[in-house]
Amino acid sequence: MSSKRSDRRRFLKNGVALAGLAAGAMRSANGKALETSFDNYGKVDLPYGDRSHFDHTARMVEKEYGAGMSPSLVTPIQDLVGIITPGPLHYVQNHGYAPPDVDPDKHRLLIHGLVDRPLVFTLDELHRLPSVSRIHFLECGGNSNPKTKHTAKTVQETHGRTSCSEWTGVLMSVLLGESGVQKEASWIVVESADRVYTKSIPLAKATDDVLLAYGQNGEPVRPENGYPLKMVVPGWEGMANVKYVRRIKVVDGPYMDRWETTVQPSPRPDGKSRWFQFEQGAISVVTRPSGGHQLAGPGFYEITGLAWSGAGTIRRVEVSTDGGQSYKDAQLQEPVLRKAHTRFRFNWKWDGEEAVLQSRCTDDQGTVQPTMAEVAKVWNVSLEYFRVKDKGENMAAKHFNAIWPWKVTKDGSVHNALFT
Amino acid sequence: MRCLPSFTVTTLVLAVTTVAMAQGAKYGLGRAPTAEEVHTWDISIGPAGKELPPGSGTAKKGADIFAQKCVTCHGPNGEGNKVIGAPRLIGGTEANVGNYWPFATTIFDWINRAMPRLEGGSLKPDEVYSLTAFLLYRSNIIQESTVIDAQSLPKIQMPNRNGFIPSPWPVYPYARPRPFGLYP
Repeated sequence: MSSKRSDRRRFLKNGVALAGLAAGAMRSANGKALETSFDNYGKVDLPYGDRSHFDHTARMVEKEYGAGMSPSLVTPIQDLVGIITPGPLHYVQNHGYAPPDVDPDKHRLLIHGLVDRPLVFTLDELHRLPSVSRIHFLECGGNSNPKTKHTAKTVQETHGRTSCSEWTGVLMSVLLGESGVQKEASWIVVESADRVYTKSIPLAKATDDVLLAYGQNGEPVRPENGYPLKMVVPGWEGMANVKYVRRIKVVDGPYMDRWETTVQPSPRPDGKSRWFQFEQGAISVVTRPSGGHQLAGPGFYEITGLAWSGAGTIRRVEVSTDGGQSYKDAQLQEPVLRKAHTRFRFNWKWDGEEAVLQSRCTDDQGTVQPTMAEVAKVWNVSLEYFRVKDKGENMAAKHFNAIWPWKVTKDGSVHNALFT
Repeated sequence: MRCLPSFTVTTLVLAVTTVAMAQGAKYGLGRAPTAEEVHTWDISIGPAGKELPPGSGTAKKGADIFAQKCVTCHGPNGEGNKVIGAPRLIGGTEANVGNYWPFATTIFDWINRAMPRLEGGSLKPDEVYSLTAFLLYRSNIIQESTVIDAQSLPKIQMPNRNGFIPSPWPVYPYARPRPFGLYP
């Protein structure tokens, strides 16, 4: 009560102070008008808050799947600060299938298969179980695919299929413990409520750090991210993270679903395909300044970006302003979390000459983010291979985690420079 | 303890065992599903085909069903329609059932769970078997007369079965360290 009263007093005091000023403008000490409008004063009492109407940061449609289908959307990582992606800006890749309208009161989770006790849970019961909150990135296996992105203009288009959230829910190990996994079990198959999606996950991973999340950044998981229950598989490609989970079947091998055998594999030049690729490699990218940005002129700029690794924790990020001829250590924003976006920052004074900005990360496994030439060597392909587009959905350069350069030209404009 | 009558010891052991089993579920939440519920929910068809339902089908019957329920999106010859996102099913150079899919059971699983679009689960087992047979026949993998059912489907050798590396699939956790850029 007393705090309410003092708030009111403060408000009144401010009101008196404001009363002497011309409406809609406040005068500073030097008499110059600050462009402060009060037109929206008192309009913030919304049940679910909105952002400033001046802020237009938005996801972008990256791919259309036709009429009545759900497009894929990419996160504006060039506009984000810190490491958390707001739910409304989280990337979405549903392969065309719109999110089902799941009623949480009717939703059930079934655990069955090679278990001692098949179980059905309501969401209320899942909320009663011991919970954890973990900050993890998600990334599509096709993020920064050079074949489709080497001509893209912005980092949103090249690297926007990644987001990072605080996920809250129940560890898979707790749920499987309740059902009692039998000796011959080695994998689980997890299914979405709209029937169209399943994913096979090795039991060792499932009981390591996988969780069934009902919370995303402090509120229920967003519908397009898997409301009311999403499996979060830390560090693994986005397609492992099944949305609207309704069923977990404990089995003795991968179930060879259509997606994991025909959509997710990456064809190689020799005609074979890599499948069950799972883990995302160590990767970083400069998000500001990046493609499409315009520098105001020579002077100081903070270079910033994100680094992450599906294998663990980012230990080091280095930044180059000369296209990789020399690197210097960037500062990492604490806390640095395992399998989470890590924000890095680097002070830079632009001299007005042409510059090429890029970053290189190292994770706690000692993996150093490769150059495109190094990836080409490991994959045994020419650099030209990364320019050629594929047919259909089977993209051959998935899990491409190479260093990505941005060129700053003398006029201050910034451009994608993967192939220049 | 030695002076306790043996029946008491037995009773104690039994009592302890019962408690231990009850404690298998640590939190005691959730309920046991009925066998009927599990049967209805469990639409996953693994590569061994254990879950395949009774019923059967042939390519001939499949052609009729295809003409009724699939051509709108996939075209009369299964050539697909890029504008609406319906993939090519038969022929051509891009990845399709005949040249890419490693398991025939996956065809049944996918048609049964997802086709026709937004009407997944509407086809009867015989219809799914027949459509599966139709696609296999048109991809030159089976004869037109071959009967497809729970026994024959998992035995079909798909042409691209060995087109994936590593074979059969990786183990987790991985051996460390893995070279960068090489997945898996």
